[in-house]
Amino acid sequence: MPASTDIAILPDRAASIVEAGSAGGPVKCGKGSVAGSVSQRACVFCGSRVVLYPITDALHIVHGPIGCAAYTWDIRGAQSSGPQLFRNAFSTDLQELDVIYGGEQKLEHALLDLIAQHGPKAAFVYSTCIVGLIGDDVKAICKRVAAATNIPVLSVASEGFKGTKKDGYRAACEAVQHLVGTGDTSDIGPHSINLMGDFNIAGESWVIRDYFERIGIQVVATITGDGRVDAIRRCHGAKLNLVQCSGSMTHLAKSMEQDYGVPFKRVSFFGIEDMAAALYETARFFDSPELLDKARALVAEEVAKIMPQLSAWRADLNGRKAAVYVGGAFKAFSLVRALRTIGMTTAVVGTQTGDAEDYDQLREMCDPGTIIVDDSNPLELAKFCLAQDVDLFIGGVKERPIAYKLGIGFCDHNHERKECLAGFVGMLNFAREVHATVTSPVWNYVPRRAGAAHLELEEARS
Amino acid sequence: MKALPPDHAHPTPRGGTPEFPSASTNPCKLCTPLGACLAFKGIAGTVPLLHGSQGCATYIRRYLISHFREPVDIASSNFSEDSAVFGGRRNLHHALDNVGRQYHPDLVGVATTCLSETMGENMPMLLGEYHRESAADGLARPPTVHVSTPSYKGTHAEGFNDTVRALVESLALPPRAGLNAPTPPALLPGMVSPADLRHLRDFAAAWQSPVTLVPDYSETLDGGTWSDYERMPTGGTTVTDLRALGRAAVAIECGLVLAGAKATAGTHLARRCEVPLHRLGLPIGLRQTDALSDVFADLTGRPTPLRLAHERARLVDAYVDAHKYLSGRKAIVYGEEDLVASLAIFLAEIGIVPVLCAAGGRSGRLEKAILTNAPELANRIEVREGSDFADIEERITALKPDLLIGSSKGYKLARALDVPLVRCGFPVHDRLGAQRIQLLGYAGTQQLFDRIVNALLEAKQAHSEIGYSYL
Repeated sequence: MPASTDIAILPDRAASIVEAGSAGGPVKCGKGSVAGSVSQRACVFCGSRVVLYPITDALHIVHGPIGCAAYTWDIRGAQSSGPQLFRNAFSTDLQELDVIYGGEQKLEHALLDLIAQHGPKAAFVYSTCIVGLIGDDVKAICKRVAAATNIPVLSVASEGFKGTKKDGYRAACEAVQHLVGTGDTSDIGPHSINLMGDFNIAGESWVIRDYFERIGIQVVATITGDGRVDAIRRCHGAKLNLVQCSGSMTHLAKSMEQDYGVPFKRVSFFGIEDMAAALYETARFFDSPELLDKARALVAEEVAKIMPQLSAWRADLNGRKAAVYVGGAFKAFSLVRALRTIGMTTAVVGTQTGDAEDYDQLREMCDPGTIIVDDSNPLELAKFCLAQDVDLFIGGVKERPIAYKLGIGFCDHNHERKECLAGFVGMLNFAREVHATVTSPVWNYVPRRAGAAHLELEEARS
Repeated sequence: MKALPPDHAHPTPRGGTPEFPSASTNPCKLCTPLGACLAFKGIAGTVPLLHGSQGCATYIRRYLISHFREPVDIASSNFSEDSAVFGGRRNLHHALDNVGRQYHPDLVGVATTCLSETMGENMPMLLGEYHRESAADGLARPPTVHVSTPSYKGTHAEGFNDTVRALVESLALPPRAGLNAPTPPALLPGMVSPADLRHLRDFAAAWQSPVTLVPDYSETLDGGTWSDYERMPTGGTTVTDLRALGRAAVAIECGLVLAGAKATAGTHLARRCEVPLHRLGLPIGLRQTDALSDVFADLTGRPTPLRLAHERARLVDAYVDAHKYLSGRKAIVYGEEDLVASLAIFLAEIGIVPVLCAAGGRSGRLEKAILTNAPELANRIEVREGSDFADIEERITALKPDLLIGSSKGYKLARALDVPLVRCGFPVHDRLGAQRIQLLGYAGTQQLFDRIVNALLEAKQAHSEIGYSYL
């Protein structure tokens, strides 16, 4: 019996794990992680940094000791069509004396220096744990520096301990809100949208923008992928917000609906079904048969391009099983559907930030027996992967060694990846990567499979 | 140029003032708890636990995983706003309970982050209470070792060294009557690669001497694939080994900058347990590896083993073969202070001038460490402490280096300059095999030497219009 079956689920974690198709209460979620549980989640700061990082022409400075800035230095796959300022790690690098006497002056000097040196369109100041504790008045400094430099200087209340990553998303949205509504909207047409919650990983925002522009829809701002401060300033002139990463951007979308009357729709750009649905829904929103016809033509054209190859790979992948552990629930939904498109089933699915409704939906859409989990940890994930005997794990950098150590194929679907996985072209890339890993001959030699392969060979010989 | 004084008196050319140095742009260091977690990963059956916010553990895991490409489980006591206000006692105890339940560790390595440090968490009290309460309830709990790692004080390398010291201080027992049979030499190698740790063990074995490496993550962070999930990968210095360190025949502590520190694992063993202490550089290059050989020769009374003599001879032979490609070439070396110091001394002996030696740390001892051991570099190099990549970039046009030596973080500069980058140190996360990069001993120097020569030759070929196909 493998030792993994001995891995005890912590009592505090039991209610966060359910099986699709089985009775049981709602998935316990949306809470702080259990102490000592080695959660895969990060912190409030992480949430803010992820969301705002791709705004390319802004200065992003972390007010705190060096670690928080060092660990987030250009680790994302977000791309820019112009400015590269966002790819630097700026930090006040607080030292012991700053912690004792306060870091306000150091922050002010740093901001004035860096703004003079780099000429950004705006500056975001991220507060870390320690700043929350020593009580630096970051807002007041931002106000002073904004007055002195004549650019928006926005404080992001991202103290690590003040909630979960989701609270960091909210803090990021609140900072961006100060920019919205300050730009000229006069040349924005009636069929216009903002793309929200796409971060232009490997150029994904460009792919999506291209689809919408091809059917005749103006994209005012991409928030925040390949983001520009000036575009965000005028994004309230768009007629519709499309929110992809619902966890991160719904707050901003809601406040724009309230303040500027811009409605929003939740969509996903991953997988054929979801990408097509996003285009159709948008066309329907504008109530234009012409747009809808164009959308249909675009989908038909793009699907025809990728289908022959997808079908070939599907033949190899049919019946294989996957585990999915990602940040947000919308990505999980899309992945379950995209895996189906290439013939695979999802045997384990979990997220860091899903809410009760998300988990209800996962329960409904997954096959009975699928393990559904909120805020998991390495021991649980290993246990579930082995118990379900999966062939593929989809996650981020922290999940990769769990899969590889156990001899399981892996596909990175997190912000660090360098591969475009959105849109139709993204579906092709996704399927290529899944196929490449799942069908690799290396698994014949890992302990988990080597035994089985050996037995098969023996059988064939006898 | 003079080494910069520590901490606040850090004059910077980028518009800062001594009172308010410029912000850091693209840091050349990481934070202290990362070093603590790495050191704890080298102790058998140990789970690192960060007392503070969840993010610290996750970011550090993410960074260590990218370098070592191995699972790195680090627990967190996961502070909330409540814990920041009322203290983290409950979280710490709960976290220790849960780590015990799931991992069954031999030891829990507790490091305090900037948050819990600033709150002034009384760790001896909180941990003492935990062990007392557990004992009263009849529960067996693994021992804990605490290290103070506020990230606003020092670098990841200092966090690493402080953790090694904390382990030795907490666990090594002074010799007692009836229990004083000497134990193997203690070798405290500093932040080196798993392959280098394995090589150091082989190096000692060539002298027919066993050795206790502290820490030893040669297996825990560079192991094979598993048939089942290993909660704590096998390998590492055992708690028993650590307890026996007080009776070690000798202690060898690597790191020339560390050698200037008042309190280290080595000084503790020397002062409290009267273990003879040798403070050496990281054994990179002939001079520094010879120094390590001398220690073993004294200790064992043997001449240099044939195997090592051959390795050394081959290295000298390689130096000769390649000297014309290296003579007068200029390198920028950056990273952890001890690594920078030892690399600079090695480069000096092969004819490369380390025109800029830059470190994120601010010990105030880097320049002296280099020049004492490689006096031929006097007046030929700049040594910068408290440096970052913007700082290095500022000097780069004037210095026109032929190559960069350091972590992956210099890649952008190397690319912009169109010069090769020889990757070593931490982190190396844009190449495979960081665990297997060798620098130490004659054999490790050979690997590094070949990489340096070939990087320069490759750059020459790449820039050649003709593309010569042999030397």
